[in-house]
Amino acid sequence: MSFEVRVTKALGDAEIATDFASDAPLTALVGRSGAGKTSILNMIAGLSRPDRGRIAVAGETLFDAATRINLAPETRRAGYVFQDHRLFPHKRVRANLLYGAGRGGGWIGFDDVVALLGVGRLLDRWPRTLSGGEAQRVAIGRALLSGPRFLLMDEPLSALDNARRDEIGALILRIRDALRVPILLVTHDEREVERLGAARIAIGD
Amino acid sequence: MIALTPDEWEVVRLSLKVSLVAVAAVTPVAFAIAYFLARARVPGKLLIDALVHLPLVLPPVVTGWLLLLGFGNNGPIGGWLNAHLGLSFMFRWTGAALAAAVMALPLMVRAMRLSIEAVDRRLESAARTLGAGRWRTFATVTLPLSLPGVCAGLVLGFARSIGEFGATISFVSNIPGETRTLPLAIYAALQVPGTDAQVFRLAAISVTLSLGALIASEWLARRMGAGQGGHVL
Repeated sequence: MSFEVRVTKALGDAEIATDFASDAPLTALVGRSGAGKTSILNMIAGLSRPDRGRIAVAGETLFDAATRINLAPETRRAGYVFQDHRLFPHKRVRANLLYGAGRGGGWIGFDDVVALLGVGRLLDRWPRTLSGGEAQRVAIGRALLSGPRFLLMDEPLSALDNARRDEIGALILRIRDALRVPILLVTHDEREVERLGAARIAIGD
Repeated sequence: MIALTPDEWEVVRLSLKVSLVAVAAVTPVAFAIAYFLARARVPGKLLIDALVHLPLVLPPVVTGWLLLLGFGNNGPIGGWLNAHLGLSFMFRWTGAALAAAVMALPLMVRAMRLSIEAVDRRLESAARTLGAGRWRTFATVTLPLSLPGVCAGLVLGFARSIGEFGATISFVSNIPGETRTLPLAIYAALQVPGTDAQVFRLAAISVTLSLGALIASEWLARRMGAGQGGHVL
């Protein structure tokens, strides 16, 4: 299985509980906003700790409450593309792309990523000068260059206009087909699930 | 520009030495306290916060007297440092630097704390997912992003040190060539009738130094903050 996730976590009054497994190359968590989709990605990335349960990706256990396994986020090798991009404002695009590239185990080169994402013209720019679509591509490139074992993408298409949405959508499909890295993405839009041909997991129903 | 007399040079050199040493020594302490106050969630934080701010609200003469009690050669800290490291503060420029450092600490902590609190923690978690451990995240994200506040703290601390008077004179007295910094030299000149010209010159030096420090730091912040618009002033 690519993703095996069974977790519960109390957040204020609400409780997030999910139990799913997926072996699809592309899996989509679908649910209305506020259902806890992003919280689930954060738990898989190791940025927040579930109360109970187990998380395994591609056969490796990242978290298991029963055996007290809880890998630090920097050792999980998650390529996390945040909804708000989170590019480092004090580093140019090139330095942002290369931030995670030093950790070893990288399986794609800088030039390949630059070509795949078409960010060659942006390398010397500061993040604050990028458009939403450009920042999104740089964020994806930065995640890929960190040598991830899997990709987590939070609403990768939602903040984009139609043209950019088609472009980034096609890019996600190209990553799925060419790079063979399991992708888990979050969306509130059923049409995106269909368009990307993703395995559908409902959250918060 | 009228050239400085040897006596004036001595005062300026001593003032710069005292202030630079004070700021250099207290910066890591101030940053550590600021980081703790910005990030730690422990009981007792309020007490540390209040203690750090004490020199800001106490009469400086009280701060100087407390330094005398603690760091005098018979004081618990001063006695130990003197016996084990040969470091003495009494009537020496090191004592003036210590007084300046203590008086500058609250201002530096305030400026640094604000900028650490302003660092977007989501960027730190992004760095973690990209393989950076806590230290690398601190060194490559937290520290550079809080640098404008660190610079502001340095400038404030330096300005405060250059102007430090009350705690210094009550801790280490007013000794020419050893503890007589600019404000103490101005005070000494004011005690003697008919020294208006001398006071005027020393005051002019004081204004020039402070203004120069502010302008230099603003220039530095603009250079460093290329692309992000960092400001000290």
